[in-house]
Amino acid sequence: MWYEVDGNRVFASHGSGSAMERPILFVHGAGMDHSIWVMPARHFARHGRRVLAVDLPGHGRSEGSAATRIEDYADWTARLLDAAGIEQATVVGHSMGSLIAFAFAARHRERCERIALLGTSVPMPVTERLLSAAQTNDHAAIDMANGWSHSPRGQLGGNDNPGHWMLTSGERLLERARPGVFHADLSACNAFDARDAVVSVPALIVIGDADQMTPAKAGLGVAARLPDPRIVRLPACGHSMLSERPNEVLDALRDFLR
Amino acid sequence: MTRFDTLSLHAGSRPDTATGARATPIYQSASFVFPDTDFAAGLFNIERAGHVYSRLSNPTNAVLEERMAALDGGVAAIATASGQAAMHLAVTTLCSAGDHIVASRSLYGGTHNLLAYTLPRFGIETTFVDPRDVDAFGRAVRPETRLMFAETLGNPGLEVLDVPSVAAVAHAAGVPLLIDSTFTTPYLMRPIEHGADLVLHSATKFLSGHGVVIGGVLVDGGTFDWSGSTRCPTLNEPYAGFHDLVFADEFGPAAFITRARKEGLRDFGACMSPTTAFQILQGIETLPLRMARHVTNTQHVAEFLESQSGVERVRYPGLASHEDQALAQRLLPLGAGAVLSFDIAGGRAAARAFIESLTLFSHLANVGDAKSLVIHPASTTHHRMDTDALRAAGIGEGLIRLSVGLEDVADLLDDLQRGLRRAEKAR
Repeated sequence: MWYEVDGNRVFASHGSGSAMERPILFVHGAGMDHSIWVMPARHFARHGRRVLAVDLPGHGRSEGSAATRIEDYADWTARLLDAAGIEQATVVGHSMGSLIAFAFAARHRERCERIALLGTSVPMPVTERLLSAAQTNDHAAIDMANGWSHSPRGQLGGNDNPGHWMLTSGERLLERARPGVFHADLSACNAFDARDAVVSVPALIVIGDADQMTPAKAGLGVAARLPDPRIVRLPACGHSMLSERPNEVLDALRDFLR
Repeated sequence: MTRFDTLSLHAGSRPDTATGARATPIYQSASFVFPDTDFAAGLFNIERAGHVYSRLSNPTNAVLEERMAALDGGVAAIATASGQAAMHLAVTTLCSAGDHIVASRSLYGGTHNLLAYTLPRFGIETTFVDPRDVDAFGRAVRPETRLMFAETLGNPGLEVLDVPSVAAVAHAAGVPLLIDSTFTTPYLMRPIEHGADLVLHSATKFLSGHGVVIGGVLVDGGTFDWSGSTRCPTLNEPYAGFHDLVFADEFGPAAFITRARKEGLRDFGACMSPTTAFQILQGIETLPLRMARHVTNTQHVAEFLESQSGVERVRYPGLASHEDQALAQRLLPLGAGAVLSFDIAGGRAAARAFIESLTLFSHLANVGDAKSLVIHPASTTHHRMDTDALRAAGIGEGLIRLSVGLEDVADLLDDLQRGLRRAEKAR
């Protein structure tokens, strides 16, 4: 399904659903696209929720340029909801998407029903080595991010999704990002300053206990800033929790969003 | 990142959570119990990860599939009943009646038969081109072309495919490149790294390595931009067989392999037995060790044959006399495979005498066994091809194909020497 935001075409998957009730917006991480959400998107669509698994501007099939500030993505999210005719939505974000959800809840409280933050850290510092490689569109940036995003166990596979090798899946998604997009995203994460942000909506935090990108301690730090958040910890799971533990992540979202 | 030899042993497997079994168990079960009704519905709707029914997926097969995806650099793989089933699955996932394929003319005889004679009955036509003429692949493209196909090493001529160049031609035309990598395995070449989009194997051969099972694997590189091509209607148009799902819209890099499993494996049903998957996994554990020995032995055999007066011509890309040696050194740095062919002086009669006098080389229709094998293509694997097609594929009356095994190479050379002496008497 296509929308128009700021004069640019924006793609969002509806998870094969057509329902219009209680919208859920899924927001992907740095350099990724909507396809990381395929399983939860299809689940909630089947259960009668309106689903938008969006490609952020400049990502996936969406036109436009990647933003350089998380706050800009948060405000863009509000304009996307306008374009979709949605007054209020739950926003589910992974990694950079979790920052966008966090900022959206802080800046557009009245438009936000709930947030679910997967693999999160506020702030979200990015190592200079990764930023430098991404700046020159060096494949080493993809290798670093992809390697660090999977737990030691995940490096050897054993995926619940039959036949899927998650390391290459993550690599291919990042390879599809247009030049400069991954660096813009990582820079936006690195620069996000939310010291003064206040988030008061109901929140879920999903933490991978073997997450090297946004360590468990950082996720718990985010939780400490939220009023009575629900926390779900996934033992031995890395940052790429949607591919490492698809069923457990969906269970966490389902229990929170029912 | 974990390296190839380690992935050959570990990728996709973990000790069994129920029993602690270190080897991958054979899950000999047709179906799998659902924890609840919503989970069951979720599995059917591709929103849950798990197994429903062993035609669609099976835990043992899933380990093999994941391991092959890891070794070939793909996003996912599907194990099939045979290599031909993998080929059929790839074609039918992308092609419908009225569609067209461009393929190398130097192919395994069974694949040539499928493309030349069987698929046309279902409205899918193929144009065959010289695999060394890269531009010919592009010239053969029609508006209805959906796929390009070739083997890493032609059969039985051992032409080395210039995968990067053919991939560039395919992508310029907006079609994916499917490669049969049976002769090379991911140990010798990973075609996806060179630009191919899809890879298939007859796992019967070097992957299982011992000539005891029939199986195939289809690997999706996740590299092709399905939604960016106008030539991929099966992935870009609503599929009535799955509630109008548009696979490229939802599954991104895994669009092809998802449709292949949810349609082709489901409806055509050419799945692999989990016992077969277990046996192939045993073979893959030693793939790097075996392939290294295979190619070393083959190089010795090729050089030996080339030095014999009763041999007119040896075709092996590891030889300086082969037209593609430079390409082989670039694309196959660890070796040019373990299959070679040669023309024996004296034609069919000499070939017959040679084959029937061998002791260690078994006369049978297969390659990739730990034991050495021999065959006469014109009368066996390629007998369905007419004279013109045989000539175009470089298959003459005296052509003999060897699959060099893991024996002591000195014993193999002795066996071949005896055969050549017998052939000389038959001339």
